[in-house]
Amino acid sequence: MAPSEQPPLDSPPRIKPHVSLLAIYRTFFWIGLFSFGGGLSAWTHREIVLLRGWMTNEEFFSGYSLGQILPGVNSTNLAVYVGQHLRGAVGAVTALGAMLTGPFVVVILAAITYDRLSTIPGFQIAMQGVAAAAIGLLVRMAITAGQNAARGVVSVIVMAATFVAIAILKLPLLLVAAVMAPISVYASWPRAQ
Amino acid sequence: MHDNVLLKLILIISPLSLVAIGGAASIYAPLQHQTVDVEQWLSAREFLNMFAVARVTPGPGSMLTTLIGWKAAGLPGALVATLALYTLPCLICYTVAQAWNRYRGTKWHTALERGLAPLGVGFVAAAALALLRLADTGPLAWAVAALVAALLTWIPKLHPLLCLALGGALFVAVHLVFGVS
Repeated sequence: MAPSEQPPLDSPPRIKPHVSLLAIYRTFFWIGLFSFGGGLSAWTHREIVLLRGWMTNEEFFSGYSLGQILPGVNSTNLAVYVGQHLRGAVGAVTALGAMLTGPFVVVILAAITYDRLSTIPGFQIAMQGVAAAAIGLLVRMAITAGQNAARGVVSVIVMAATFVAIAILKLPLLLVAAVMAPISVYASWPRAQ
Repeated sequence: MHDNVLLKLILIISPLSLVAIGGAASIYAPLQHQTVDVEQWLSAREFLNMFAVARVTPGPGSMLTTLIGWKAAGLPGALVATLALYTLPCLICYTVAQAWNRYRGTKWHTALERGLAPLGVGFVAAAALALLRLADTGPLAWAVAALVAALLTWIPKLHPLLCLALGGALFVAVHLVFGVS
């Protein structure tokens, strides 16, 4: 558990912001409660990186990749990763619990009232629209992230190839990661100055 | 008997949680088989309804598991099913994240971080396309997604909730005007 004694070799030392558990809980509670149709990671990115500056883009997206490769649900893996990064074990539990509190209550209430809700005219259609808009959030996040992660020709090719391999060729994510990760990491190895 | 159901929930969901790589959708088929065909906690029709509920409510799509627990054994079932789905993967993720952050600043860590970031971007973009295909609501969904992405480019501080509300309103408006149901 002791913090690393090695001095940073390459990246400039970054002062990690101190974030209170209450702030973590509040942030992830709202992320969980208001994320519809798969917009969780986009919302998390916006709150954690863009608005609060708790993490850098690279910290966030490398964690995002880890969460995708590891088993489990991506959004909650991401919550655990962010929580761990900010406050260790307590932070991880706080972020995860906060992200699930709202949805847990809402989903059960919705299941109870499902038959009634679905008879409201336009309800289903409106929810489809909400889901479509949530995908728009995700698209915007991919664009922002792409601009930030584009460090050179290789990284741009890796992004495009990863996208095509999964979305168009429908190759398994793990296989794509196994091929692309070594190439990309090799290309990003810090060069001797 | 009730305890038995809770135990069964854990025994069914925990192993599945470990093979849910890249999202919970990958375990829906075995989950349906176990809970509908084998245990008969709910009917196929109910399973689909619960899937729909989980889709339109906030949170991870995996809240479907919570609802299955709810159908099987009420509130304790819902709690147990949720914990069973998240506990093991989160422990693994925590361990990896901890190791990951401990070596922050070393050369290979920097390389891994810079190298994995573009992969993450590819994953996100692919997820957006996969969700658009899943949504199965045609060009309107594509248009709304593009509009929201453009709006956020134009006004980066725009609140996501406004975007979601706009999407819902646009869908309803289009269906009212063109009378598609």
